[in-house]
Amino acid sequence: MSVHSFDTSAVGPPKSLWSRVTARGSLARRLDWPLMLVPLLLCAVGALLVWSATRNRTELTGGDPQQFLYKHVVNTAIGVALAIGVVWIGHQRLRSLMPVLYTLALVLIGLVYTPLGATINGERAWLNLAPGLQIQPSEFIKVTIILGMAVLLSAKVDAGDREHPDHRTVVQALALAALPVAVVGDLGQVMVCVVIILGVLLASGAANRWVFGLIVTGAAGAVAVWLFGLLDEYQLNRFAAFANPALDPSGVGYNTNQARIAIGSGGLFGTGLFEGSQTTGQFVPEQQTDFIFTVAGEELGFVGGSLILLLLAVLLWRACRIAREATDLYSTIIAAGIVAWFAFQSFENIGMSLGIMPVAGLPLPFVSYGGSSMFAVWIAIGMLQSVRIQRPLSA
Amino acid sequence: MSNIPETGRTSRVTIRLIAIQILVFSLILTLGGRLWFLQIRNGDEYQEEAAGNHVQQVVQPAPRGTLYDARGVPLADTETRLVVSASRTELMKMRDDGEAVLGRVAEVLGMTGEEVAHKVRLCNNETPQPCWNGSPYQPIPITDEATTQQALTIRERGEDFPGITAEPAAVRRYPAPYKANTAQVLGYLSPVTDEEVQKAKDTDSPLLRSDQVGRSGLERSYDTQLRGDAGVLRYEVDKLGRVLGMADSDEPVAGSSVVTSIDSRVQAVAEYQLNQAMETARKETDSITGRPYEADSGAVVVMESKTGRIVAMASQPDYDPNAWVGGIDAEQYAELTGENSNYPLLNRAIQGQAAPGSIFKVVSSMGAVNAGYPFDDTYSCSSSYSLGSHSFANFESTGHGPITLGKALEVSCNTVFYRLGHTEWRKDGGSKVKPGEADEHLYKAAKDFGLSKKTGIDLPNEVTGRIPDRQWKQDYWEANKDSWCKQAKAAKKTGDEQKDYVAKLARENCETGMQLRAGDSIIYAIGQGDILVTPIQMATGYAAISNGGTLYDPTVGKAIISPDGREVETIEPTAHGKLPASKKTVSQIDQALQDVATRGTASWRFTTWPHDEIPIHAKTGTAQVYGKQTTSWLATYTDDYTIVMTISQAGTGSGASGPAVRNLYDAIYGVEEDGSIDRKKALLPKPEKDLPRISPTGTVQAERTDPKLVKFWREAEFS
Repeated sequence: MSVHSFDTSAVGPPKSLWSRVTARGSLARRLDWPLMLVPLLLCAVGALLVWSATRNRTELTGGDPQQFLYKHVVNTAIGVALAIGVVWIGHQRLRSLMPVLYTLALVLIGLVYTPLGATINGERAWLNLAPGLQIQPSEFIKVTIILGMAVLLSAKVDAGDREHPDHRTVVQALALAALPVAVVGDLGQVMVCVVIILGVLLASGAANRWVFGLIVTGAAGAVAVWLFGLLDEYQLNRFAAFANPALDPSGVGYNTNQARIAIGSGGLFGTGLFEGSQTTGQFVPEQQTDFIFTVAGEELGFVGGSLILLLLAVLLWRACRIAREATDLYSTIIAAGIVAWFAFQSFENIGMSLGIMPVAGLPLPFVSYGGSSMFAVWIAIGMLQSVRIQRPLSA
Repeated sequence: MSNIPETGRTSRVTIRLIAIQILVFSLILTLGGRLWFLQIRNGDEYQEEAAGNHVQQVVQPAPRGTLYDARGVPLADTETRLVVSASRTELMKMRDDGEAVLGRVAEVLGMTGEEVAHKVRLCNNETPQPCWNGSPYQPIPITDEATTQQALTIRERGEDFPGITAEPAAVRRYPAPYKANTAQVLGYLSPVTDEEVQKAKDTDSPLLRSDQVGRSGLERSYDTQLRGDAGVLRYEVDKLGRVLGMADSDEPVAGSSVVTSIDSRVQAVAEYQLNQAMETARKETDSITGRPYEADSGAVVVMESKTGRIVAMASQPDYDPNAWVGGIDAEQYAELTGENSNYPLLNRAIQGQAAPGSIFKVVSSMGAVNAGYPFDDTYSCSSSYSLGSHSFANFESTGHGPITLGKALEVSCNTVFYRLGHTEWRKDGGSKVKPGEADEHLYKAAKDFGLSKKTGIDLPNEVTGRIPDRQWKQDYWEANKDSWCKQAKAAKKTGDEQKDYVAKLARENCETGMQLRAGDSIIYAIGQGDILVTPIQMATGYAAISNGGTLYDPTVGKAIISPDGREVETIEPTAHGKLPASKKTVSQIDQALQDVATRGTASWRFTTWPHDEIPIHAKTGTAQVYGKQTTSWLATYTDDYTIVMTISQAGTGSGASGPAVRNLYDAIYGVEEDGSIDRKKALLPKPEKDLPRISPTGTVQAERTDPKLVKFWREAEFS
């Protein structure tokens, strides 16, 4: 074993495998098990919802109603494997790998604009790697930004040179984050990235003026985008429909309206899995990905919807705790960045299904169908676990 | 700077991390609150919306009830035809929107591809007829006249015709037994309009977009009973309209059947004889105008005297009710509703109104008796009656000396009634008296006789006619004075005021049109002038004379029979009033009318009639109409039946209508040319009291007569 955090358990006479695994201070003991279990539960719920949303869509499944169920489970398995891999490598070692990862991510985003790229639902955000294998590089941007900014912002502080990141470092970090964000054309992903950058800056202890500056810039940017028509028409329409879904119930507002009907009709206990008429009737678009929460709302009701919210709350609580208990700024920033990411992406995704947020194509972590997203969030779980494992044992 | 020993981190970062945590949890709480709001607080509302989203209804029409005649012979029934329909939702799933399939259908049916495509396209503002006006989820009929061979081809090669069905379906049919088409009485059906659907939405009998509704006649007045309840198949569909499964569905409930009092045999004779009488009149020359009679329209009513039930009712011109079946094209529709065809859709027995002429004299007689003129006193029947410089002549200017009212009816003496009308007018206060302040006995009697109001027959759109009393004069003047005065003013300017009769009349009407003038009352007494009556009103009144004084609501419907034949709801005769005359007066009039038939104005038509066995009563009428030929009226009755016939622009009552009425009585009672009665040949010597027999399986049993016998009477030309 080359993972340095194993060192403490390697002392003493050889022990049985079981006692080694369960020994005080062992990897198994030091893992945050709720933080493993909760994402797995979310993935399981997600698998059922994805199954329900797709089993009638022969045009997607090609006749096999369970196709998406299987794929979701496989994606989860790959995701867990990726998380274990990250734990194995350890987030500290990723510091040195950062330039490589960052460059790779930039290349992938760039490739989207080559003939390899593909447009789905109006967003040019996909890469055709092989027939049937598409990835969405923007999903991995979020990990890259967190990692890159954490490396830059924490370098001087963790070395004990400074108490807080200096202005120059902050500028460097912002520039590093801004480059991929600028390239990503996907509105939803840009929104998440901005929130992540904000979370990272907050956690890094950067001066208040940077934090407020970013907020003001973000707001001004949003206004500018609105005024100067930098958004495509479909993106504007989504926002208009968010503001007033009754505006055009058969057109733009149709999707948000149908999503709300689906959730609202679920009532306390829901119609039961596979029994939702809105889901079976495919009245809500993109129901296995962006609008997955509507399946939960309709078929599992308030109880099911609250369960998902509760699981997300537990997940975020664990992640917050890990951020607070991290021993160095690098780890703190990583954990806090992931908190910002998960929290905002979940809020935006569920919020748009509930009609309190504008429609932007973002998956619900662990629940929505989609390989790229699944892999990215499990990598994040791996990083959180790595931060947690590295923490000194409490007395 | 206060480092936390364990993490070696500044308080700024710690505080910010706590802030992040608080922010994160408030976001989650926000979502939870919103979820509660949508699902728990407003859940019901959204559940309703979701339900409306995914259920599509397909209507299964209920079989419409049958209209039977009094002996159980169907007058309107449903016929099974092979209907080829297309399912639009199925066609739309195909890559070419079903074009290829429709092309093959057209080939099989021998239609052009365009014709078929037009039939299945959906109607909208830009799409001209033909197009489908119903629900797109409803199978759209392409033809209802497919042959068995065509239907078999489509069904056997089902794989070539996806979305196309060839199935038997019920279509309304008017079989016209014994050639009695009974058109205006039966009415017709046509597809329901959007407004009607909206209007009927919250009533007990909501309409569906696929419904056909009765537009006139019995089809309309008994529409709710005949229609039944359509079944609704509710499909759960997805966003694209694809069927996912079935929801709760309602089976169709067949409509009830209606047994009418129409005897289709008598009806057939009545229709033929009316038409015959009109054609005969057209061959005769009117001595007044010197032209052949127009005989443009006519009506005949055969009513049971003691119940008010209609045995036959014919109106000319008529039409083939089957023209409406399966949709009517624009050309046919124009023909049925146009002026050139003289409005064959009108049922002139209840919608035609004309001055009654002398058949009104029974009403004047009743009024006179009520005003204090004894029936058996004598009244001068001079050859003419003068009012100022104007002289009102008797018919053919013959006088009869002093006669009773009975004799005045028998010989149809005008001057007796002129004098009565004039005297009463003076007694009431002449032209100065205000409406409501005079007794107006002659006018009151007419209203009590049932004139100027609907008889209440169970057929739609009956008209009221009018009685031109002082109130009517006043109202009519109020409504028209502006245009009259304008006309008079214009005439005065141009100076043709004195020359032009119309201009003169306009001025007179403008200035004194509200007054009931002496002349008005004089001609009113013999049923001329502004008075208008309908044949059904006169039939109702004469039937009352026959039955001793009771005015019955005329009815065509006799019983309503549930689809299974178990429940029979009889429509009992109901009276709406009494004649304005004592029993004695009624019997005196009754005697006088018998004298009319035996030795009076109608007697020449009944010379060979077996008066002893079947006493017949009659009153003739010949009403003048300004600018037109005279209207022929003949009101007659026996103990059991009342027959009133009228023909517009056809000459005298006994002349034009006499033979037809006589032939009708012959057919009903089986009276031969020589006056002998052959019971075996009689179509209906006694009114049909019983309802048709209903078999244990619930079907109404028809009691049919040899069509040859009906043909014999239809085409009989005695007298």
